[in-house]
Amino acid sequence: MDLDLSAVEPFRAEVRAWLRAHVPATPLPSLETEEGFAAHRAWERELHAARLAVVSWPREYGGRDATPLEWLVFEEEYYAAGAPGRVGQNGINLLAPTLFQHGTPEQLARILPPMASGEVIWAQAWSEPGAGSDLASLRATATRADDGWLLNGQKTWSSRAAFADRGFGPFRSDPQAERHRGLTYLMFPLDADGITRRPIGRIDGKPAFAELFFDDVFVPDRDVIGRPGEGWRVAMSTTGNERGLTLRSPGRFLAAADRLLELWRAHGDPADTALRDRVADAWIKARAYRLKGFETISRTEDVGAESSINKIFWSELDLALHETALDLLGPDGELAGEWLEGYVFSLAGPIYAGTNEIQRDLIAERVLGLPRTGR
Amino acid sequence: MRFILDAEQKLFGETLDKLLTEAGTPGVVRDWAAGTHEPGLALWRSLAGAGVLAIAVPEHAGGAGLLPVELVTAFHELGRHGAPGPYVETVAAAVLLDRLGDQPLTGVRGDGPLAAAWLPRIAEGTAVVSLTLPPAVPYALDADTAHLVLTADRQVLHTATPREPYRSLDPARRLFTVVPGDVPASGPAVAVAAAEAYDMGVLVCAAQLVGIGRRLLEVTVEYARTRRQFGRPIGEFQAVKHHLANALVGLEYARPLVHGAALACGSPDFPREVSAAKVAASEAAYTAAKIALQVHGAIGYTDEYDPTLLIRKARTLHTAWGSPTTHRARLITTLTRI
Repeated sequence: MDLDLSAVEPFRAEVRAWLRAHVPATPLPSLETEEGFAAHRAWERELHAARLAVVSWPREYGGRDATPLEWLVFEEEYYAAGAPGRVGQNGINLLAPTLFQHGTPEQLARILPPMASGEVIWAQAWSEPGAGSDLASLRATATRADDGWLLNGQKTWSSRAAFADRGFGPFRSDPQAERHRGLTYLMFPLDADGITRRPIGRIDGKPAFAELFFDDVFVPDRDVIGRPGEGWRVAMSTTGNERGLTLRSPGRFLAAADRLLELWRAHGDPADTALRDRVADAWIKARAYRLKGFETISRTEDVGAESSINKIFWSELDLALHETALDLLGPDGELAGEWLEGYVFSLAGPIYAGTNEIQRDLIAERVLGLPRTGR
Repeated sequence: MRFILDAEQKLFGETLDKLLTEAGTPGVVRDWAAGTHEPGLALWRSLAGAGVLAIAVPEHAGGAGLLPVELVTAFHELGRHGAPGPYVETVAAAVLLDRLGDQPLTGVRGDGPLAAAWLPRIAEGTAVVSLTLPPAVPYALDADTAHLVLTADRQVLHTATPREPYRSLDPARRLFTVVPGDVPASGPAVAVAAAEAYDMGVLVCAAQLVGIGRRLLEVTVEYARTRRQFGRPIGEFQAVKHHLANALVGLEYARPLVHGAALACGSPDFPREVSAAKVAASEAAYTAAKIALQVHGAIGYTDEYDPTLLIRKARTLHTAWGSPTTHRARLITTLTRI
């Protein structure tokens, strides 16, 4: 498929003009704080009012039916404008695609519009104390009850769960079944009776995630995604989005690379060719990621396991970009600010969404065809 | 804009792959290294017959028109098979001669003897050309096999005569310093044309590198699937798997840069795009080569093993046509120019 880059220019211009008029002049407080979370939620409402919160979704749920190319262009403009981080991204980028694939019409109609407007912010609840990379060993249970399920057990490292409204994740509904079977994918309110949440400070102390304890939390049948017992398959359909383009679009890295270049121009020592080369590499890789994105949306076949290649690339690029910026800033690199916030965020990249070690295993086995082995 | 190959371009690549496979290219490379050039020149003519050189020459000069995406497709295959000979140099020379053809020059015009005489022969595969573009390309590759040797030094274009060759890490690359001779063209236009020729050389060199890396990854994966130690294929070991996954990640992101640079041909961004592509392709191919060597173990370190031909070539092309450092510096200079 050919991509008509000139045909999307009017859309690009509209997005750019709107962002220029609306992006806050001073950065919002960190979205990993209570105050910042609220400010980012208000920003989501503003974006939504302009129908820019979820451009690629169908109109009926608050989107614009944007093509993948338009979506990439939106993302480029969004990050180039220095617009706030997306507090609703776990819902928009991880839960919504799962619902589009496995949800009922009732679920789509009920869940997507308030997600688009920022009224309901979602947290992903997958990991458990004993189930990190080995997600299929999860033990939190969903037990059959009248017209629904009772959740028990513990989830952890749940991003945004400190301040979010609702959560989603897989629970073990059939303890007798083989470990990849017998899971059910459920959605639940984070303020439900029986849920205790304990915010966890991330490496810089901000409560970016939380631990969740479930004690007979009732979830009605209408909040099961897909069929009971098929939670693994449903969950895995999310991972392609999480590792692929959807979660980390090229726009954010292009914008960061351009800002890094500005920083080099302003503060770089021309004699420091080692640092200069790192700036160049960040720019080259951001550009590679953009071109690869165009390649991906030009293809008709499913990207499948190749999303693991993507995940390694963007997470390592994000970290390298921010490390380079901090090194460039020298003694100012440790001071609170946008670069440091981005750096702290990027440190988690090689860990979440399946560690990069897991991704390398998947690439070796599923893309290159090397023999599978037990881990 | 097309960011993936169309059916015809894919078929072109597959045709060349088949041709190069059937030609027994590793044997051709060994002959070439030993100074027996005829099999390599025969391969040159077959590849030209398949259109590999016509796509570097404009239609009015007897070619198929300069087709950058087709060129990188072809050079990817030349890289995968390690075809010997000054292909990159001949493509660069075609660009040089053609660009000078548009300029009113002292000594000769493009529609005068040089371009008119050589471009049609390049297109049909009857002229092998080598060149130097000092300082970035100081040696004329395989100049002893070339029918025409050029050197474009700043504003002066010379025909040139090769001296004795230097030995390269890759014995199939014979590198010659040259003695400048006649001056068929001089003036600022020579420098402009030489810069364009350089960029095109860098682009196809980058494409060749990605092809080399790709092939090395393919053969190394196959080796890891079949070579057994401790009672199982070494490809079951996580350390080996991760090496190979890393090689793939690098190559997967070098390819779109090469394709993107080909699409940028003719735009003012072309120099910076080819620099980005060369950095990524050099690093990805050289990384793949080191991983191929490591995973193969001692056999990869031997002269007799065919993939070794590519391991050596990856190293030589890493720094040929501008090292990664050179291109990073050029990129930053371009990007920070106010």
